[in-house]
Amino acid sequence: MKDALALEVKNLSVDFHTDGGVVNAVKGVDVSVREGAILGLVGESGSGKSVTSLAVLRLLGSPRAKITGGEILFRGENLLDKTEKQMCAIRGPHIGLVSQNALSALDPSFTIGAQLVEVIRLHQGVDKAMARAKALEALDLVALPDSKRRMKAYPHELSGGQRQRVVIAIALSCRPELLLADEPTTALDATVQKQILDLLLDINAELGTSILLVTHDFGVVAHVCTDVTVMRRGEVLESGSVERVLTRPQHPYTQGLMRAVPHLRLDEATRSVPRADRRLFEFRTEDKEAVDVA
Amino acid sequence: MTRVIGSRLFSTALVLFGVSLVVFLLLQLVPGDPAVTILGSGATAGAVAELRSELGLDRALPIQFFDYLGGLLRGDLGRSLTVNAPVTDIMVPRFVNTMILTGAALLLCIVVAVPLGVIAAHKQYSLFDRMSMVISMAGASVPVYWFGLLLIGVFAITLGWLPTSGMYDPRFPGGVGDLLAHLVLPAIAAALVPLAVIARMTRSVMIDILAQDYIRTLRASGLSTSSVLWRHALRNALPPIVNITGLQVGYLLGGVVFVEVVFGWPGLGQQLYTSITQRDIPVVQAGVLFIALAFVIINLVADMAVGLLDPRTRRAVGV
Amino acid sequence: MSALTEAVGTGRSLIGTRRTPAGGNALSQADAPKPAWRLAVRAFSRDRMAVVSLVVLVVVALAAIFAPLLTSYSPVAGDPVNRLAGVGTDGHFLGLDGQGRDIWTRLLYGGRNSLLVAVIPVLVVFPLALMIGLFAGFRRSRAGEVTMRVLDVLFAFPLVLLAIALSAVLGAGLGNVMLAIGVTLVPYMARVAYTATVQESSKDYVEAARAYGANPLLLMFRELMPNVVVQLLVYATTLCGLMIVVASGLSFLGVGVIPPTPDWGIMTADGKNVLLEGIYHVATIPGLLILVVSLAFSLVGDGVRDALDPRKQTS
Repeated sequence: MKDALALEVKNLSVDFHTDGGVVNAVKGVDVSVREGAILGLVGESGSGKSVTSLAVLRLLGSPRAKITGGEILFRGENLLDKTEKQMCAIRGPHIGLVSQNALSALDPSFTIGAQLVEVIRLHQGVDKAMARAKALEALDLVALPDSKRRMKAYPHELSGGQRQRVVIAIALSCRPELLLADEPTTALDATVQKQILDLLLDINAELGTSILLVTHDFGVVAHVCTDVTVMRRGEVLESGSVERVLTRPQHPYTQGLMRAVPHLRLDEATRSVPRADRRLFEFRTEDKEAVDVA
Repeated sequence: MTRVIGSRLFSTALVLFGVSLVVFLLLQLVPGDPAVTILGSGATAGAVAELRSELGLDRALPIQFFDYLGGLLRGDLGRSLTVNAPVTDIMVPRFVNTMILTGAALLLCIVVAVPLGVIAAHKQYSLFDRMSMVISMAGASVPVYWFGLLLIGVFAITLGWLPTSGMYDPRFPGGVGDLLAHLVLPAIAAALVPLAVIARMTRSVMIDILAQDYIRTLRASGLSTSSVLWRHALRNALPPIVNITGLQVGYLLGGVVFVEVVFGWPGLGQQLYTSITQRDIPVVQAGVLFIALAFVIINLVADMAVGLLDPRTRRAVGV
Repeated sequence: MSALTEAVGTGRSLIGTRRTPAGGNALSQADAPKPAWRLAVRAFSRDRMAVVSLVVLVVVALAAIFAPLLTSYSPVAGDPVNRLAGVGTDGHFLGLDGQGRDIWTRLLYGGRNSLLVAVIPVLVVFPLALMIGLFAGFRRSRAGEVTMRVLDVLFAFPLVLLAIALSAVLGAGLGNVMLAIGVTLVPYMARVAYTATVQESSKDYVEAARAYGANPLLLMFRELMPNVVVQLLVYATTLCGLMIVVASGLSFLGVGVIPPTPDWGIMTADGKNVLLEGIYHVATIPGLLILVVSLAFSLVGDGVRDALDPRKQTS
């Protein structure tokens, strides 16, 4: 039985034109998010995972980034065929984005209430009072304490965790079916990270929002995701449910990544090595070269 | 908030004190005796000495300075050496004329340069961007007086569309239309260089801002490109733009001498020029002082505006 | 010099080098870092506009220096019969001015004065401003702060205005103009040197050296000064471009070079009167040259700044 797909990316390719030549950031990638699921898109820096998620919303930013092939199917339509105006109607009400860098993701010159109200009024056509009420609802949804007072606050007056909640609130304010979360916890403290991840779990459970979660951290994947796709250097290496991939990884790279997670307790063998010569971990690529990182 | 304004006003007052001191000292360097200038070179030594005493020129320098300062605060800037009138009477109407010209030029600058910079930043690397930036670079290197002459030559002499000089038509003076017709060319000439600088600066600031993370959040929320650009990005770019505009007013005020001389605009600059040639010290002093004063005050306003525009400083002072 | 100091000086990380027993130094066996200026020259040479501008400046300078070789006319004596002959006249390809003097000749000889007045004050003030900026910015002494405050007062005057006032006070003449401009430039260049020094002082390598106990004066001159000099140099180049315009402006107003000495500003002033009769070339040509040279200076300044930007250098 095939589950319904909230998002299906097929054979996507993205090129960056730099001064040094063309970089194939994403090469023929397939990514699928089942409805109601949380998909983890995992890989190291430079694997193309962020580019893939931004490509879905056609938000690649630089004019030098070009989508050179593939399809992005959402609600039965190919997003790559849409005009900018049509995409503006999709961003917000149907697909939301939570970007990394919570600290700088909000416009510093406007209060968070103003930013929420602007988005709500744009997509839902309600008057100011109604929009403000909905904004408060969104802030309550993300469990931002003292929401009424916070509406009048500027981003620089909030902590990192609070700012990230606001970003999530803005992304959810129009109840999208799909949420793209691009490393939402990377810039935050460890305790706050867990809170934000739990928040994402709650949103998925209560609202049924499908989530595409981009991360480099397998711990996050284990905690939150139902499915996982592993990327490396612009290609998808492995895909499947979290249980399967984490316990029985099939691709050697995935296997290497699993072993690369540092363990807090040193085993007997490592402890016997003198401190100056210890290595935190050894990572073997499929070329069987040992790469030391001091 | 009042504390911040208070301390700014205090440091501004200090600067103004320094400015009047510099102006005073500057003109002590002028060779020649003012008394001789008034009486003419054929005057007797006795008459010269008497006039010197009358003008207070025989007193010690610091005392002369404080006399001068006292006069300033009373609004008394002395009497012109060439025209038998108080300096204030000569200068104030001319100051107003210069402000009209400067104001028009500033308005022109802002209205053209800022949108130009915004659009160039938005379409970075495009033909529009590259061309407008090349033109800006060239524009910033143009000598004001030469450009003014060129404008007169083309638009007033050859094409005959606009008047060649002056502020009003000498035959039928008065009226806003007449003023505007005479204002067009001098304002364009004065505005060129600051416009180029502000446009480049705006573009540079906007490029930095458009690379910020929050721009991505705004676009991801479905806001239209123009809304993101003009309502959000520009708003964040305003503090440095206002700052640089304030500084460019300095360039405007400096160049006003050239523009007024070339276009025969009856303002401070033209008066300054004439007085320098005639060695009319009190008038020169007053002219330099007025312009410096205007510059200091405008920059003060610009700084305050920047403080108000940035929410971080606004909150810090409790607004 | 120990490995630590050398690493601090070159900015390279010590992680990854093995410490050899006393006497040896692993770093000296590694590749010596390429001198930054060689990379800068290469980066500069790739910037077409900057290179073209540099060529233009060199050509103009050479033409001015070798003026007598390029023209046989006199820059001051004219042929009144043919006054105001236009561009392309036989024997005078740029025409004659109101007093019948060959414009091309006056441009060449005038170039000497215009370039001198633009460049010399900048060159002379450079070391002075550097010292002021370094001492005020690095040591943060009372004297330094006071000096900067005093210079701030001079900032209240628009640059051009101050130059005009000083020039008027000192009287016309090449030397006086250079002095007037030089004095006007001091606060601007000192401010740039000061800001650069303050910025560099807060960088990690300075903190490291201070923690290491390095002699402050030595630190200032060996580590800080080269970086500050570079920033000041970029500013100075652009400033030369601005000064060409300002200096010619002073001549235009009659408080610069004394006629009949040729100078591009005076030439434009000469052209002003005949412009009203519809004759363009006398006023237009020198102004155009000022524009070109000023632009060239700016582009070279930008090119130098970009070439020294470490992000743009590739090896």
